[in-house]
Amino acid sequence: MPGYILKRLLQAIPTLWIVITLSFFLMHLAPGGPFDGERQLPPEIEANLLATYHLDEPVWKQYLIYMGNLLQGDLGPSFKYKDFSVTELVAQGFPVSLELGLWAIGLALLIGLPLGVIAALKRNSTVDYLVMGAALAGVAIPNFVIAPLLALVFGVFLAWLPVGGWNDGQWQNLVLPVVALSIQQIAYIARMMRASMIEVLGSHFIRTARAKGLTEAEVIWRHALRPAMLPVVSYLGPAVAGIITGSVVIEQIFGIPGIGRYFVQAALNRDYTLVMGTVVFYGALIVLLNLLVDLTYSALDPQIRHDD
Amino acid sequence: MTTDTAVSTPDLAGDSLAREAWRRLRQNQAATLSLVLLALTTLACVIGPWLTPWGLDEVDWNAFLTAPSLADGHYAGTDANGRDLLTRVLHGGRVSLSVALVATLVSLLIGVLYGAVAGFLGGRVDNLMMRFVDIMYSLPFMFLVILLMVVFGRNILLIYAAIGAVEWLDMSRIVRGQVLALKRREFVEAAHALGVRGHKIVTRHLIPNAIGPVIVYVTLTVPKVILLESFLSFLGLGVQEPLTSWGVLISEGKDMMETAPWMLLVPSVFLALTLLCLNFLGDGLRDALDPKTR
Repeated sequence: MPGYILKRLLQAIPTLWIVITLSFFLMHLAPGGPFDGERQLPPEIEANLLATYHLDEPVWKQYLIYMGNLLQGDLGPSFKYKDFSVTELVAQGFPVSLELGLWAIGLALLIGLPLGVIAALKRNSTVDYLVMGAALAGVAIPNFVIAPLLALVFGVFLAWLPVGGWNDGQWQNLVLPVVALSIQQIAYIARMMRASMIEVLGSHFIRTARAKGLTEAEVIWRHALRPAMLPVVSYLGPAVAGIITGSVVIEQIFGIPGIGRYFVQAALNRDYTLVMGTVVFYGALIVLLNLLVDLTYSALDPQIRHDD
Repeated sequence: MTTDTAVSTPDLAGDSLAREAWRRLRQNQAATLSLVLLALTTLACVIGPWLTPWGLDEVDWNAFLTAPSLADGHYAGTDANGRDLLTRVLHGGRVSLSVALVATLVSLLIGVLYGAVAGFLGGRVDNLMMRFVDIMYSLPFMFLVILLMVVFGRNILLIYAAIGAVEWLDMSRIVRGQVLALKRREFVEAAHALGVRGHKIVTRHLIPNAIGPVIVYVTLTVPKVILLESFLSFLGLGVQEPLTSWGVLISEGKDMMETAPWMLLVPSVFLALTLLCLNFLGDGLRDALDPKTR
């Protein structure tokens, strides 16, 4: 097992390297630079600025400098938020994004799993059709449509919850963004859980369990649930990626100070280091989470063993 | 997901795959309704802008931010600049649907070629090509697409290409799997044994069997593509004025939702309904084309 983890971590290095290199050169291909602001700087000052940040060097040299710093864990200074380093900005924004994401994933599992199980148990009943119809709608309607609509209904018309803002993560401020982020995932998980539950319920070992005289509840709880959850577990990787990209929009709509909001702003401002920092951070996060998902998968399914 | 309860009678004449699938699709009410709605929406977007009395950028100086009404001809209201919302939504639909069409074709082209080559050649080449796909899978693509839009400006041709270039991965996997599985099947061997020529095997046996999953996957790619385009437009990275798209309109509507909720609701309904119908249609097609449920 430790060997397997090590192997996967080593495999992640080329992936991350491709991400970093691609985004670095893309970013530097962009016309304009971080200091073409509204105010024209005197040429000497501009030259000094560019020299300080090595922006006057050829791009390949900047790339080497950046990679060198990155290997030492230095993401560089932000060009736009002058007094902050990128590491500080990421460290500031990430807890907020993390809280949002964790709640969203938690809610998606908490609602999606039982809905899928119920739909599978009551297959082809009204309940099933209602749940699956709602789930299809949830899959189809994007979160940037749901989010403003939720804000409109619960924030403006009913005035139950604030329309935006973070307010140090008060629960009132959390509800709408978390719901908006999780609806699509709830729908996916419910659909997946229903399909796999139906398949598991038709298998031989369930018939054996029933023949032993176990009650239906015991059959489902002790025998059917765990294998039925496998596809959902393997979906968690994409789900996390979906929630991360979703948070770019959701954080903007609700004015939440997470990393997602920085990214688009930074790209538009040509804040090279902040963009790169966000990409590196998210790239590493996604790779790590995928590994975690695979490990969970093998823990749940005894047929999969990661031998070296 | 609707399950087909009707038992199809064994047809000795042997229907063509397309006719059989079409019959099964028509039995699925949700899919049929979706198909009709999609056709109507497309028709409305294509010819609608000529029929409405207002132009895309035409300002009605008597109607700024007016609510939908039948009396003044602004059936879906107007925006803050006095432009007719229905006209704009239909124009936006043209852009969104054209992106869907072109970007899906781009992804289809890349995916089918790549997957077929990998599956056909097999061995080390296949291994290498699929490793590359695996690496691509683990990239945070959304970020690269956002970067791409920022770098090269908001150009509709670029949107076509960028979205197409992101969405081909699944397609290539599906096609490769199909090709790999089919090329060793007994009926292909039987065809060989009967002396059927190579190209005839490809056209008569391989393609008809591989095309089902591809068609289903295309229907499921279209909503993803529309979604991506509106996501980019929503962030302000999509199409540029004077062009508009559903994502742009939703983004504009979001800013005005407290004073003019119709600006958010009308484009949202169009987008959501289209996506919903495409998903229903995709599900229906999967049921209709899957040989296992026959």
